[in-house]
Amino acid sequence: MPDAIRTVHARASGVTRVYPGHAGQELVHALGPVDLDLYKGEFLSVIGPSGCGKSTLLELLAGLAAPTAGTIEFEGRPVQGQVPDGIGVVFQEDSSFPWLTVRENVAFGLECAGVDPTEIKRRVDYAIGFMGLADFARSYPAQLSGGMRQRVCIARTLVLEPRLILLDEPFGALDQQTRLLMGDELLRLWRETGATILLITHALDEATMLSDRVAAMSARPGRLLEIISTHWPVDRDSRIVEDERFGAITARLWTILREQSMKAIGKTESRVST
Amino acid sequence: MTRYGWIRLVIVAALALFLEALCRTGVIPPLIMIPPSEMLAAAWRILASGEMKGDFYSSLANICIAIIFSVAGGFLAGLAIFSVPDLRAAAEPLLASYSAVPPIVFYPMLIVIFGLNRVPQVLLAVMFGFVPMAIHTINGLDRIRPVFLKVGRANRVSTFISIFRIQLPAAAPYLFIGVTLAVSYSIIGVISSEFVLSAKGIGHQISYAYDNYDNRAMYGLIVLVLGIATLLNTSLRYYSQRMLKRWTR
Repeated sequence: MPDAIRTVHARASGVTRVYPGHAGQELVHALGPVDLDLYKGEFLSVIGPSGCGKSTLLELLAGLAAPTAGTIEFEGRPVQGQVPDGIGVVFQEDSSFPWLTVRENVAFGLECAGVDPTEIKRRVDYAIGFMGLADFARSYPAQLSGGMRQRVCIARTLVLEPRLILLDEPFGALDQQTRLLMGDELLRLWRETGATILLITHALDEATMLSDRVAAMSARPGRLLEIISTHWPVDRDSRIVEDERFGAITARLWTILREQSMKAIGKTESRVST
Repeated sequence: MTRYGWIRLVIVAALALFLEALCRTGVIPPLIMIPPSEMLAAAWRILASGEMKGDFYSSLANICIAIIFSVAGGFLAGLAIFSVPDLRAAAEPLLASYSAVPPIVFYPMLIVIFGLNRVPQVLLAVMFGFVPMAIHTINGLDRIRPVFLKVGRANRVSTFISIFRIQLPAAAPYLFIGVTLAVSYSIIGVISSEFVLSAKGIGHQISYAYDNYDNRAMYGLIVLVLGIATLLNTSLRYYSQRMLKRWTR
């Protein structure tokens, strides 16, 4: 569908984030200005070199931090330093609560929101089943693998029935095979919920495989360099890596990011080639 | 009981048997120490006769009051110091150096101010137990992983829910160490202050028996104090291990 006739679900306009430096040090310009439209129901990934401000962008979109300049909108309303209803966030680190069982972890947000117990049970049962955690509902996170714990965190977000899901490198700590399989689960979740997804990742292949569009960012201060559309079918899964266009898109992303990544680790093209 | 529990028991039993042999063979004269079996018999006699019931009630009440004030006061002080950065910058060096001060040196001052009653004994015990609780409260709150707080914000929870359903459970392992220390120090504080600040209580009775060369009563009471301390400590250890199991399995 052409961008012009799609509904904008979330929008970042001229968003900049500057952090105060430590005592006596300069300000840190972490991000921006960034302009980004997130369309309703799409799967968009953001890639970029380490420290380019990807996670900062996610926190600004979520309302977990306020931009230094510019505005964020979600469903036409400004996001101002508070996570709006309808946005769910999954963090990079394992954020499952070790003192709660899997079931209690998943029910956490609903219980805090005072949702009716019958409704909590229905939604938690669904989310736990959907994420393949039914046999571990009474286990504590410490009894689960890293991948399972991240599923708990996704299920905890899923039960809130968010319309926009923001994921900050949720599979960063997992091995490659588990990442591919978790990617399949994420695509399944996306199709079933119809939610809009923004995924922050440093893995080019993961971004290519999962996304409708991939936004590439520059080294710090992060700016959007280019947004590439993949034109994958909606019912795709990890077997999309066999498609001949998969390699071409991933290579294109690397071409965009190579110089920026070298910049991020303090190298230049000439120094590398000598 | 675990394998290590059995090993512990064997070590304690072996030491007691060794001491028993030393006492029975006269290597340790009876004027210095009676055999452990006789200590146990003396302890049982004291309990069964009820002759020191008032002293036990007095000491246990003092210990309970001291634990409540140490834990609650230490927690609130830790929370305040954690929450106010200026207060923290000012108070942290004091807390760090406080552990080098033996509170018992204040006993003459406390007697002058409060007289020879329960108050100075409890105060001394609280002075022992309060600071470890405050330090471990600060430590526990410091170690809450920032991502847990972000989860709270992402779930739009209130400050109240964030404190009681996220921050306190996340800090619980450290708070529990503080509680365990506060309990131990409260027992030490009460019993030791009763030696010099009281006309009743277990500590006073131990001191009295010592002054009158009544080894049987003195060692019987020492065994009972050890029993009370071990019982409290083992219970706390049991609950803390049960809790920590969830975190580390």
